[in-house]
Amino acid sequence: MFPERDKKNRDWVIKVGLASCGVAAGGREVYDALSTKLRQKGLNVELKQTGCMGMCYNEVLVEVSSPEGGRVFYRHVTPERVDRMVEEHLIGGQPVTEWVIPDEEIDNLLAKQKRIVLRNCGIIDPESIDDYLAADGYKAIEKALRSMSPQEVIDEVTNSGLRGRGGAGFPTGVKWSFARKSPSSQKYIICNADEGDPGAFMDRSVLESDPHSVLEGMLIAGYAIGASEGYIYARAEYPLAIRRLEIALAQAEERGFVGKSILGCNFDFDVRIRQGAGAFVCGEETALMMSIEGRRGMPRFRPPFPAQSGLWGKPTNINNVETLANLAWIILHGADVYNKYGTDKSKGTKVFALAGKVAHGGLVEVPMGITLKEIVFDIGGGTSSGLEFKAIQIGGPSGGVIPASLADTPLDYDSVTKTGAIMGSGGLIVMDETACVVDAAKFFLNFTQNESCGKCTFCRIGTLRMLEILQRISDGEGKEGDLELLEELAESIKRASLCGLGQTAPNPVLTTIRYFRDEYEAHIYEKRCPAKKCRALISYEIMPEKCPGCGLCAKYCPTGAITGERKKPYIIDKEKCIHCGLCMSVCRLGAISVQSGGRDE
Amino acid sequence: MVIEAGAREKLSFAVIDAIAHKHNVEPGAIIPVLQEIQDAYGYVPPVAIQRVAENTGVPASELFGIVTFYAQFRLQPLGKNLIKVCHGTACHLSGAERISQMIEQVVGAKEGETSQDGLFTVERVACLGCCSLAPCVMVNGKVHGRLTPEAIGKLISQVKETEKVVLSGEVG
Repeated sequence: MFPERDKKNRDWVIKVGLASCGVAAGGREVYDALSTKLRQKGLNVELKQTGCMGMCYNEVLVEVSSPEGGRVFYRHVTPERVDRMVEEHLIGGQPVTEWVIPDEEIDNLLAKQKRIVLRNCGIIDPESIDDYLAADGYKAIEKALRSMSPQEVIDEVTNSGLRGRGGAGFPTGVKWSFARKSPSSQKYIICNADEGDPGAFMDRSVLESDPHSVLEGMLIAGYAIGASEGYIYARAEYPLAIRRLEIALAQAEERGFVGKSILGCNFDFDVRIRQGAGAFVCGEETALMMSIEGRRGMPRFRPPFPAQSGLWGKPTNINNVETLANLAWIILHGADVYNKYGTDKSKGTKVFALAGKVAHGGLVEVPMGITLKEIVFDIGGGTSSGLEFKAIQIGGPSGGVIPASLADTPLDYDSVTKTGAIMGSGGLIVMDETACVVDAAKFFLNFTQNESCGKCTFCRIGTLRMLEILQRISDGEGKEGDLELLEELAESIKRASLCGLGQTAPNPVLTTIRYFRDEYEAHIYEKRCPAKKCRALISYEIMPEKCPGCGLCAKYCPTGAITGERKKPYIIDKEKCIHCGLCMSVCRLGAISVQSGGRDE
Repeated sequence: MVIEAGAREKLSFAVIDAIAHKHNVEPGAIIPVLQEIQDAYGYVPPVAIQRVAENTGVPASELFGIVTFYAQFRLQPLGKNLIKVCHGTACHLSGAERISQMIEQVVGAKEGETSQDGLFTVERVACLGCCSLAPCVMVNGKVHGRLTPEAIGKLISQVKETEKVVLSGEVG
């Protein structure tokens, strides 16, 4: 990551991370403040925007490189901090060390990473094609067009061992060869950028930080299978990603990388961008194609596979954003360099979005086969709360929950599947002791139940019945036989659903029952939520010895359950309390406690 | 989809026709047409569905089927300010429920509802993709992260105050 800068460049360079996370944390305000300050001081500084630097927990991030080649990263930058940074560092020559991320911390983050997909993320300006070109951009498609036949491109990708990064893990080269063999004068490439898993932001970050690499991947795929048109199906909730894609596409068209007779060769390729309209099931390829065709996005039976009959009945190849972003690197560096990374059956690297209760959350790219423990502790720095690491949720709502006891599981397609979870697209959510597994299972199932398109009865109704049982358990109404019923329903739904949504929807429930049965049983038989999360099974109390009587909790209580006199301890009326926990959130002195189960009282 | 407060078009066939015709050349462009109509009005007015059907030849029943299938489309007008509360996994673990509770209290509308004064629409979204800043909320297209119930309460109260000033200005 972060290559040494070009020695010829003798000016100061400042980069501000402006992907969605950076913007949300106030990055644009920092950029503007820097711009104003630099102009005022008349300093010869190159101020640039860049994408995701991967260290989201530090946003807003600013990288400052001196003319001598020294480089530091500032974290949690605010417009107020800009003055001192410019005065002391750029003018005085001394970095403001208290705001700089220590080298050791960055080394720990990067030691186990290998950046292929993220090679340009946080380094180049995503809105500049010149930046991309300077980073060997569009050299791979040039190499392919000038010196490789489509079959050679397919062979190279097959040899690299690259498997689809959208979740299913099907070998990319093999998928391409099916589409190549289908005879048709019109074929399509679709980039699946409908990243809908809650807790996953890999594709968003790549699109926002390096959109040209995805376009170049589509060109390579188009050349390989013989397609002349491509669609990018992007999630509408990602406005910045879509805007940067539009900018990149316009630039690529202007420079002749997209359009007719690309690079003077006999290869035409046009790209269109379509915005998804908010249906998780459209991540499934047949549903996605229905949506592009302007219909309700409902999956259909396969075969025929898209490679034979896809978009508008033509042979179509669908690849996910991350898969496509790998391609230029593989063509340029060769399959044999790529397949040195990873394990026997899972080659290369994988990008993960590390979030939840983890100290160093962000975007990481690691060789396949690294263990969960290495990601959570070596890269992620353990839990953010300092509490015990309880479990990790992998693969989004269709994935599963892997307990801390299995933290030695290597992250490759086959090992993850053995735990009952799936690799999925790469969301990793760390849970500490405060997470309740019943609540988590309910949360995921609620999502998939909502997103079920309704075509298959088991997915439509079965998931609802499962959700009702989970709700009952978390309401303290669970009964003997509930867990067995959940397991039975889960198996039926998996067997009787047409697409991946239904086939995987029960995974979070099954894995949590498998690894945390005792916690379910505490809810059912003891009416107790060990993590103190399930509203019906907890109660809040004010500890008189800690309460100074400031009245803040009473001000925010939605039901008026808290009363008292100023400067004297307040009291919660348990009859009126709805257990929302707002009082606990707003209390600055930790004077409110939560209990679960009648036995504590 | 960023919808600026107060930037909505007046309902008119001319606007709807222009949007429908712009996309006419592309096959399967019905969803982009509906998306642009929603951009213009903040929702898909039933009268627009009828008009698009006449324009494109796609039956109104099919259009209605599309609008109700995709979560993005609304059939009800939006409040002046749009609040999207993220209920992604990371936000859920970081207390998104309490954030929702606070918003409901300050705004006076539950998720999926518009406040009686028409100032706020509150929506529940699956994930805004800013998981490292959890919990987060999008207010009028801008994401606010690392929130506490108190912080979001203050933020929305501020928006409310500004609206009151605007309103009294309009009256005066």
